[in-house]
Amino acid sequence: MSVIYVLLTISIMVALLFFIAFIHSVRSGQYEDSYTPSVRMLFEDELLKSDETKERKTPEIQKTNSKSKQM
Amino acid sequence: MDNERCFHCGLPCDIDAVLFQDKSFCCQGCKTVYEIFDSNDLRYYYELQSAAGKTPDYAPGKFDFLGNPEIAAQLLEFNNGKHQVVEFFIPSIHCSSCIWVLENLQKLLPEVVQSQVDFPKKTVRITFRATETDLKEIAILLSRIGYEPSISLADSGPQKKPEDKRLIYQLGVAGFAFGNIMFLSFPEYFEVEEFWLDQYKLLFRWLMFAFSVPVVCYAGLDYLTSAYKGLRSKFLNIDVPIALGILVLFIRSTLEITFDWGSGFFDSLSGLVFFLLLGKYFQKRTYSFLSFERDYKSYFPVAVTRINQSREEEIVQVNDVEKGDRLLIRHGELIPVDGILQNGEAEIDYSFVTGEARPVHVGGGEKLFAGGKQLGGPIEILANGKVSQSYLTRLWSHSVFGERSESRFKTLTDRIGKRFTLAVLTIAFTSAIFWAFTDPSKIWNVFTAVLIIACPCAIALAAPFTMGNMLRIFGKRKFYLKDAAVIEKLAGVNTVIFDKTGTLSTRKYDQITYEGDALSPQETSLLKSTLRASNHPLSRSLYQLLKEHDITVLDQYEEHLGEGLYGCKGSASIKIGSSEFVDKCTSSSPDRSVVHLSTNQEYKGHFILQSQYRDGISPLMEQLAQQVEIGVLSGDHDGERNRLEVLLPPLTPMYFNQSPEDKLLFVNGLQDSGKRVMMVGDGLNDAGALAQSDVGIALSEDINVFSPACDGILDAGKFKYLGQYIQASKKAMGIIRMSFVLSLLYNLVGLYFAVTGQLQPVVAAILMPLSSISIVVFTTMATNWLGKYIK
Repeated sequence: MSVIYVLLTISIMVALLFFIAFIHSVRSGQYEDSYTPSVRMLFEDELLKSDETKERKTPEIQKTNSKSKQM
Repeated sequence: MDNERCFHCGLPCDIDAVLFQDKSFCCQGCKTVYEIFDSNDLRYYYELQSAAGKTPDYAPGKFDFLGNPEIAAQLLEFNNGKHQVVEFFIPSIHCSSCIWVLENLQKLLPEVVQSQVDFPKKTVRITFRATETDLKEIAILLSRIGYEPSISLADSGPQKKPEDKRLIYQLGVAGFAFGNIMFLSFPEYFEVEEFWLDQYKLLFRWLMFAFSVPVVCYAGLDYLTSAYKGLRSKFLNIDVPIALGILVLFIRSTLEITFDWGSGFFDSLSGLVFFLLLGKYFQKRTYSFLSFERDYKSYFPVAVTRINQSREEEIVQVNDVEKGDRLLIRHGELIPVDGILQNGEAEIDYSFVTGEARPVHVGGGEKLFAGGKQLGGPIEILANGKVSQSYLTRLWSHSVFGERSESRFKTLTDRIGKRFTLAVLTIAFTSAIFWAFTDPSKIWNVFTAVLIIACPCAIALAAPFTMGNMLRIFGKRKFYLKDAAVIEKLAGVNTVIFDKTGTLSTRKYDQITYEGDALSPQETSLLKSTLRASNHPLSRSLYQLLKEHDITVLDQYEEHLGEGLYGCKGSASIKIGSSEFVDKCTSSSPDRSVVHLSTNQEYKGHFILQSQYRDGISPLMEQLAQQVEIGVLSGDHDGERNRLEVLLPPLTPMYFNQSPEDKLLFVNGLQDSGKRVMMVGDGLNDAGALAQSDVGIALSEDINVFSPACDGILDAGKFKYLGQYIQASKKAMGIIRMSFVLSLLYNLVGLYFAVTGQLQPVVAAILMPLSSISIVVFTTMATNWLGKYIK
């Protein structure tokens, strides 16, 4: 059997995988609210910071600084 | 440190600002919210967005009805005894701080397991342990931090249907197939005589076939069914040529690969469906936080207090109220059913129901109508019937509210579609006949090629993209339309009818005239200080209209509900209110809102308040009168006729004392005489006319609060631009017509290839997306340009 059948099978499998991922994302409600998660994503860092700053202030601030530089 | 603005809500602080932790607050309410956040480690709320808060406006006992398990059960989404889930609509959600604090509710109330905000819908879904807390406690907590949930009769009863995700799936399927087919057909575009490509050509082609089956059978199914329905009702809509194109593309391509005539048009087929669906998706822009389908149920409360036989108060569902029940209506509550006043003095604000601007004073034994709001103290009424039987709610049993009538209106695209289909079929048959005499082997090729290339993809895209973009442009300017078809209806309007109260006029008063003896500065100061303490709408307006004066602290203050105010400072005393209360004489002037006043038992004079008309009414009406016929339909008495005549163009028809049903019938009458009517209203009394009219626009001071069922919601501040919006809709229709011409040019080029029998799949694959994309670009640019000129 020619290698092209193998390659085609793989490529279509990959395509189908993404298609299934899409269906799953619609099912799980990702298209219902496309705004709030984008805001929520920004909170979680800050939440962590405010929780931990009480215990050890300096290392955490450095950490967030380096993170913001990366971004 | 900013001393002028409230740290919590950002409103300017008066002289009576509250100072707390070096921060100033405009009122105790705001300070309390800050304290709650501060002591629960939620200060980040203010870092996220400064002055993000809302002043809490919570009346104790307001959510008592949630303690009733029957009512609570109707609101809960999920309940297994241990955990309960509820979704609250909270109109005051407006920024990222709101999301943050609401999603951290468990810090304030540990019994909350999880809370999740849906920002576009302005809802929060809260999961909590039912054994430790209850719905009432959560609602009270939310109100205390300024996020009062709005709970109305519409929330109880059957749960809403889940959102339709079919279009997203279809778009996904079409896009998936389109991309893959493009890849697979790529080698054939170059037609290289290469050994390997030739050998596996068949495999590639059948793979493309496999990908295009779901495109036709699932993604494009709506076009086929719509065309079938159109044909059955003997109407050639735009979907007929589209369905014809899809079917011909699919059948011809399948035959081509079966008999090895060519590579087929699977790429064009999937691309066509993908673009069409994209247009549909773009057009379907809905404002999920607004509802255009509301009826009286969204305005009415869920529960009411009933007084049973043994004179005990109990909370019952509004739907369970029967004839003969005694109901207790407190200050600020809505009367849910028609009834007779038994006890207490009623001061009812009917403005939302009848359009009458002034609160009405009702004495014992008199009739009260559902929908009115009690402004005075607690009253007892005897119910006359169920909720659905009241004077107001009977309006909803009218046929207008039954089936939504989509029937009469045919879009421009559909009207063009008919001629287009006929033209395409004529060309296809003519060229087939021509080739029958010249070269019969080409008949099939040419006939199908014409149907394929003429598939009006670009025409079908012009309207969705133009309208979709216009919806967005209007939305940015706070003019929210229900769907794209409204723009087209708006462009065709030739009569505009306005409601008066709440539409032409605001619910506030702005003009005062004082008749009587002049007041000394001390008296004016006393007057203002007394008014300040009252919450009655007339006192609030009068307070705001009077000029600045020193506010003093009164020694004594009394508010006699439904009658007036009494204040005293040192030796000076003042009485403000109705003529009976102030002067014991009854010289009421029914057409105007009058406030009488006396100082030290001596009658001084009276203030006359007149309702305020919206900004820019006269220019707007001048402008509209040049294009369309205008008229005024009011539920109010004709006391303001003279003022309106000055504001409106001469000879504008005005009708007063119209009941909600009269308004509906009036609009219907205009339509029967061939008018296309736009109704602009705001209250429940306009609901019938809004539903009956071709375009019903609800005007709203605050788009988050109730507005009746309509085609569009317009922010009250933008009312003066209404004429511009109508103009813009007309221009948008012009843009659609221009894009039709553009797409016809593409079709002519394509038809040249088709009729001469030289249509190669690659030509179709280039021409069809190209025409679609250029239409999209043209309409988007043109509408954006148009959008620049509207305010």
